Amino acid sequence: MSVLVGPDTKLVIQGITGNTGSFHALGCIAYGTNVVAGCTPNRGGEVFKAKGPKDEDVNVPVFNTVKEAVEESGANTSCIFVPPPGAADAILEATAAGCDLVICITEGIPVMDMIKVRRALEGSKTTLLGPNCPGIITPGSCKIGIMPGHIHLPGKYGVISKSGTLTYEAVGQLTALGMGQSTCIGIGGDPVAGMDFIDALKLLNDDPDTEGVMMIGEIGGNAEEKAAEWIKANMKKPVAGFIAGTTAPPGKRMGHAGAIISGGKGTAADKIAALEAAGVKVAPTPADMGVTLQSML
Amino acid sequence: MNIHEYQGKQLFAKYGIPIPKGVPCFDASEAEGIAKKLMDETGSKVVVVKAQIHAGGRGLGGGVKVVTGGAAAAGKVAGEIMGMQLKTHQTGPEGQKVQRLYIEQGMDIKRELYLGMVVDRETRKIAIMASTEGGMEIEKVAAETPEKILTEFIDPTVGISAYQARNLAFALDVGKGTPEPKKTVKKFVALLGKLANLFEKEDCALCEINPLVISGNGDVIALDSKINFDGSAAYRHKEWAELRDSAEEDPIEAEAEAAGLNYVALDGNIGCMVNGAGLAMSTMDIIQHCGGSPANFLDVGGGADKEQVTKAFKMILSSDKVKGIFVNIFGGIMKCDVIAEGVVAATKDLGLQVPLVVRLEGTNVEKGKQILKDSGLKIETADGMGDGAKKIVAATS
Repeated sequence: MSVLVGPDTKLVIQGITGNTGSFHALGCIAYGTNVVAGCTPNRGGEVFKAKGPKDEDVNVPVFNTVKEAVEESGANTSCIFVPPPGAADAILEATAAGCDLVICITEGIPVMDMIKVRRALEGSKTTLLGPNCPGIITPGSCKIGIMPGHIHLPGKYGVISKSGTLTYEAVGQLTALGMGQSTCIGIGGDPVAGMDFIDALKLLNDDPDTEGVMMIGEIGGNAEEKAAEWIKANMKKPVAGFIAGTTAPPGKRMGHAGAIISGGKGTAADKIAALEAAGVKVAPTPADMGVTLQSML
Repeated sequence: MNIHEYQGKQLFAKYGIPIPKGVPCFDASEAEGIAKKLMDETGSKVVVVKAQIHAGGRGLGGGVKVVTGGAAAAGKVAGEIMGMQLKTHQTGPEGQKVQRLYIEQGMDIKRELYLGMVVDRETRKIAIMASTEGGMEIEKVAAETPEKILTEFIDPTVGISAYQARNLAFALDVGKGTPEPKKTVKKFVALLGKLANLFEKEDCALCEINPLVISGNGDVIALDSKINFDGSAAYRHKEWAELRDSAEEDPIEAEAEAAGLNYVALDGNIGCMVNGAGLAMSTMDIIQHCGGSPANFLDVGGGADKEQVTKAFKMILSSDKVKGIFVNIFGGIMKCDVIAEGVVAATKDLGLQVPLVVRLEGTNVEKGKQILKDSGLKIETADGMGDGAKKIVAATS
């Protein structure tokens, strides 16, 4: 079992003919993800050629619109590799076409665009993941995004993270300890985004085959503090945590648009204290993420 | 991206937000003439000479002076402020050199209010905050008397509604003591609509008017401006390039930005090169945990090419304070061989005088390790980031 993505996922990739989109589309298809369609305006009718996990040929039809892609291919999930100026529009297009889950990898979408997108998504059945995230993977079954598939191992532990490479670090440690993953969810590092920690924790809490969760946050905002409150009241499974940015100076943006301590708020110390008060065991260093979760079992 | 007060006020004027009459001044010898012209035009006998630096708290630091002694006195004050190392709570102990001034007409101030707009991450909306405590540091007001800050959230599909502006106007009692309170309320409501429009159209991340003043005759005027743009929207604001003041930026950080790298200078002596913001931050953290001190945050990003990696590594190599370097890579999109090639290319040009610890993991890791091995460089390899951090701290202490 898993959450959000798995064997039933039928994926359309928006921006499949671009440099980044095509590179990662090949990676997802090679992993075994069921990519049923691509979408690039004015490129409809083309075929995107790829190789599956057994080196078999996979031909993905490209459509002009997501609506058409969904109608023709039955896609239920979209992954977006569209550059920032068109990315908000791409999210709205996938939502209007009825995709259940939209995963936006694009980094650098203006905040004002995301504020409007979030408002437009209210009341819709679509779940948005990202933007500025590595994507989501259910190991052994479905990889959507830019993470290296080979470091993952199918298993029982969920991973939720704001950061891409730090997630790989955590997954690498878990795999080395023989602790496979149910689903790894990258929620992204933007100040205004889709799914947050609580949304992801709820799903993993309700997933019968997830037995523990690794939650990776960073400085900025108060999503980790909110998640801590929710964990204290609702979480039935062990949660280990890590917060990046203990040494980050205030007022400086640390790579991610949302990773900034402003007005004394959003410090790692506050987040770690909130998580610990909620029963989360916080790894003292990023090298101890895997063993920290292991120690709670 | 930050801009100066006078640039913010020029934007205010473009959107119809009332500001005092003022002129920017880049040469102190011109200040007297500017002040005289301002006095003639406005009939005001008072001018204010304001240092233009990006940091807040300029008044307390001695960078804002009210001059009542005429144009010649204004020229003298301008000469004192121009070129000074202005120290405020936001500049750090070394201060920031004043290279631009703004000379402004003096105002008849009845009340000072605070007005600010920010992106509220929790509600995912733009928040308007207002307070009667104008002129104070708003962080201080928020910490000590949070009940004095009033907030309205803007629905992005509708924009600000007049009732929201009225809520604030009446809660602040903006009409209090003015000749025609009704008119002052109307002026406040109109200003808020214009400010909200500016915030959205100009892709602001923060917009503050502190203080917003109510004048003796009941006008509502922006006496200060602090604007910060959302850098992600730069592609649709070509005009921002002209608003940029490179003298206000850390030269190395600006150089990194131009190369598509995320760089933040820190006080320590261990240079770090990492891919990904989260991993880069936690690399700093683990160095400190092991007893060392990072010299920088450097995220080469997910898709850097050999040139960018070379540039990044050269930036670390050319820093005097760097006594050791830790390269920590978990390649996903980033390929380890690209990192290795960049490191080798940079050291070929600049040499390698300090210990280098490299931890490579992920895509093309074997290729990357081979390139480093073949280079003949003196490199200590690490298994995992914990091992790497320990090794570089040991090598530099």
